[in-house]
Amino acid sequence: MFDFLTSGQYDVLGAFWVTVQLTLYSAVGSLIWGLMLAGMRVSPVPLMRTFGTTYVNVVRNTPLTLLVLGCSLGLDQTLGITLAGGDSKEIGFRLAILGLIAYTGTFVCEALRSGINTVPVGQAEAARALGLSFFQVLTLIVLPQAFRAVVGPLTNVLIALTKNTTVAATIGVAEAALLMKEMLENEADALFAVFGVFALGFVLLTLPTGLLLGWVAKRVAVKR
Amino acid sequence: MSGVSVTKDVQDAAGAADDLVVLSNVNKHFGALHVLQDIDLSIARGEVVVVIGPSGSGKSTLCRTINRLETIDSGTITLDGSPLPAEGKALARLRADVGMVFQSFNLFAHKTVLENVMLGQLKVRKTDQKAAREKAVALLDRVGVGSQADKYPAQLSGGQQQRVAIARALAMDPKVMLFDEPTSALDPEMINEVLEVMQQLAREGMTMVVVTHEMGFARSAANRVVFMADGKIVEEATPEQFFSNPRSDRAKDFLSKILHH
Repeated sequence: MFDFLTSGQYDVLGAFWVTVQLTLYSAVGSLIWGLMLAGMRVSPVPLMRTFGTTYVNVVRNTPLTLLVLGCSLGLDQTLGITLAGGDSKEIGFRLAILGLIAYTGTFVCEALRSGINTVPVGQAEAARALGLSFFQVLTLIVLPQAFRAVVGPLTNVLIALTKNTTVAATIGVAEAALLMKEMLENEADALFAVFGVFALGFVLLTLPTGLLLGWVAKRVAVKR
Repeated sequence: MSGVSVTKDVQDAAGAADDLVVLSNVNKHFGALHVLQDIDLSIARGEVVVVIGPSGSGKSTLCRTINRLETIDSGTITLDGSPLPAEGKALARLRADVGMVFQSFNLFAHKTVLENVMLGQLKVRKTDQKAAREKAVALLDRVGVGSQADKYPAQLSGGQQQRVAIARALAMDPKVMLFDEPTSALDPEMINEVLEVMQQLAREGMTMVVVTHEMGFARSAANRVVFMADGKIVEEATPEQFFSNPRSDRAKDFLSKILHH
């Protein structure tokens, strides 16, 4: 029943390796972009606040498939923006990451913003009273505490991101879901076995993430 | 300025030049509430001014306008001769020279006691690590919490936390220290340990503005008592005058409620 694993015809591990890479690059990018968005949404500059709010509300409510397809069809094929990717494989990989960052960043931003709300206003006041600038107050006092408060919610975002990387299959990135689609066509008699293998693969990726970050969340929690 | 100042280095009658903090004609509203009404107040270098009054009289707000944690609607506030900047780097620089101690301590919860006292030195004054550490340790010893340096704020008692907060403010070498009800959130047995540190500071000549309900502290440490009610300064006097012979009815009423039991 699991012959397809040993036949050498399919590189399941290779496909999951692409999934892991998509996840890692997108996670780092989303964290940075989400931080910047959160910074904008709490900044004293009205223009930045407006941009942050509008961006989050538009992108968060757009289907990810649409964003990733838009990156491929709109950026690459229409505007010729290839993010310095060489062949179509590389271009697709990079554009998928761009789409995932654009989308996941909004969820990181909102998680961080709820974290910022857990930091008592007195913390920022005390920091301002010492003469720290807005940027210093944010990066030295508020965000470090906000981060510690939202390790749990950010873990959820990371798990969702891991699974969302399957959307990259729509633009032909050779990750797990694309291989699964191919195998489902070729190995129709072992339908549930194929499903099972890929489901297990994702659980193996996300379960340890959840457990590890759950432990981290407890460790770094700020005591008040 | 009021005729009752007893600063340590009064120059002469024209000694207004030695006023460190000057509020003139300051007004502020919270919505419909006129929380500060035409406030005129000068604080001389080395003077300890205690602001007392009933809840909601605007005394905390007054204190917080001096480092612009609260903005004002009209009037001027000058510090050491220069007006308060509205925002940006200039405001941050000014705040570095004004120490502030809060009712709820507000120690940085994710940093150790030592890091709390070092942070402003490192990030605002750009002191090097070693010098900042030495100064922080010395200040913590001075306020009597040297042995707690490596703990986090939540592991300390309220009184200890407030003393750390005082050390954190002092680490910036402020020109003036603002105390916004520093003992109001403390258990009774911890109030004295904080007041003792403040008494010591006052004796050493620090310019202080203290909003408090501790009448004992006002009597013993203040050069001048400012009594506020309903957003106005109702009376200014030396502590002896104010407590033994208040002039205004509002102050007499206030004192009769808090002193006789």
